[in-house]
Amino acid sequence: MNGIHDLGGMDGFGRVPHEDDATVHAPWEVRLRALVGIELATGLTNIDAFRHAIERIDPRCYFAVGYFGRWLAGLEALLVERGVLAAADLDALPGERVRVSPSDPQPPAAAVLGSLRRIERAPRFAAGESVRTRNAHPHGHTRLPRYARGRIGRIDRVHPAFVLPDTNAHGLGENPQHVYAVRFASRELFGDDADARASVCLDLFESYLEPVEG
Amino acid sequence: MSGEHDHGHSHDAPDRRAVRAEALEALLTEKGLLDPAAVDRIVRHYEEDIGPMNGARVVARAWVDADFRARLLENGTAAIGELGLSGAQTEHLVVVENSARVHNVVVCSLCSCYPWAVLGLPPAWYKSPEYRSRVVREPRTVLAEMGLGLDGAVEIRVWDSSAEVRYLVLPERPLGTEALPEPELADLVTRDCMIGVAVPRLPTRG
Repeated sequence: MNGIHDLGGMDGFGRVPHEDDATVHAPWEVRLRALVGIELATGLTNIDAFRHAIERIDPRCYFAVGYFGRWLAGLEALLVERGVLAAADLDALPGERVRVSPSDPQPPAAAVLGSLRRIERAPRFAAGESVRTRNAHPHGHTRLPRYARGRIGRIDRVHPAFVLPDTNAHGLGENPQHVYAVRFASRELFGDDADARASVCLDLFESYLEPVEG
Repeated sequence: MSGEHDHGHSHDAPDRRAVRAEALEALLTEKGLLDPAAVDRIVRHYEEDIGPMNGARVVARAWVDADFRARLLENGTAAIGELGLSGAQTEHLVVVENSARVHNVVVCSLCSCYPWAVLGLPPAWYKSPEYRSRVVREPRTVLAEMGLGLDGAVEIRVWDSSAEVRYLVLPERPLGTEALPEPELADLVTRDCMIGVAVPRLPTRG
């Protein structure tokens, strides 16, 4: 989805708050992190659907509630969507219920843990090959950021096969496929004023890519 | 504090979110859906077993053992396994090596993916919208602001962790460390060095 989470290349946030290197700021944050780990390990849903739940947080609230506030909102939404709790249970909790838009289709139960898969099919692309990313704007979950759509890059390395988040987040199957580290020149992504001696490597699923002639 | 917190929006303050998170855990426990002792165990694991000291061990070993370094760059997951490191969130680890010519830096612009098995929980700044938005587009400026001024001739490679592959930066061994034993070398390797926003430095004497 073209969501607020897709931050790469945005302006206006200012300097990185490097002095804040705490991993958690309060005990509830690390307990919530553990709680989400347990829920995912026991099959509430899969990691892709969890990431998508966070993306579905109302964009007007996404930054204001903070990192662990997003985890809380995402977990709450999934507990209701998966039928573990009733919406009334959440309404009865103290504090604010953050609005999360619905998932279409709904998040599935987790099937197999982990994302790495063995597949018979050979990789379609080889290291060194030029590829173009698809200009795709799905309303559901995807891991192709906006800043890298319709861009030409070069395969830096071929990774093993992984579950495709775009379908797995919505219960539409694992569709495991090879992932490629694809290197893009900064100028290809961000225009002529970008750093001539910088590049960005993204890990992209085979179905995000098409061959480039020549 | 991270720039994300408390800009005066009409949202719950962090202490109200704490109350809500604790109430949610209590509700799941009351319904028999959660064992709070399991939460305690995982919290202890986060606090005691994982952290950047693991990645620092990997880097120090690579600095003193050329064969290990070659295996680490060839297959990061298998090589860290030799040191007893593995775990969720790090099914496939790729180690990228800095040199005098090339500097690597890691980010996750879409969420905050991070190599837990070797670095533990991510720091607040890594999860901030400031870092996620800017380091892909203007890495040299962001690194300079964070205290790492790179020569204009150095090529910067940003790794945006958009799938389940996790990245660890293997920094260059500082000059003047030839006599240091492996544990003391590990002490030079900070979390920031392995994300790629800093480079290891010898402590200044005096």
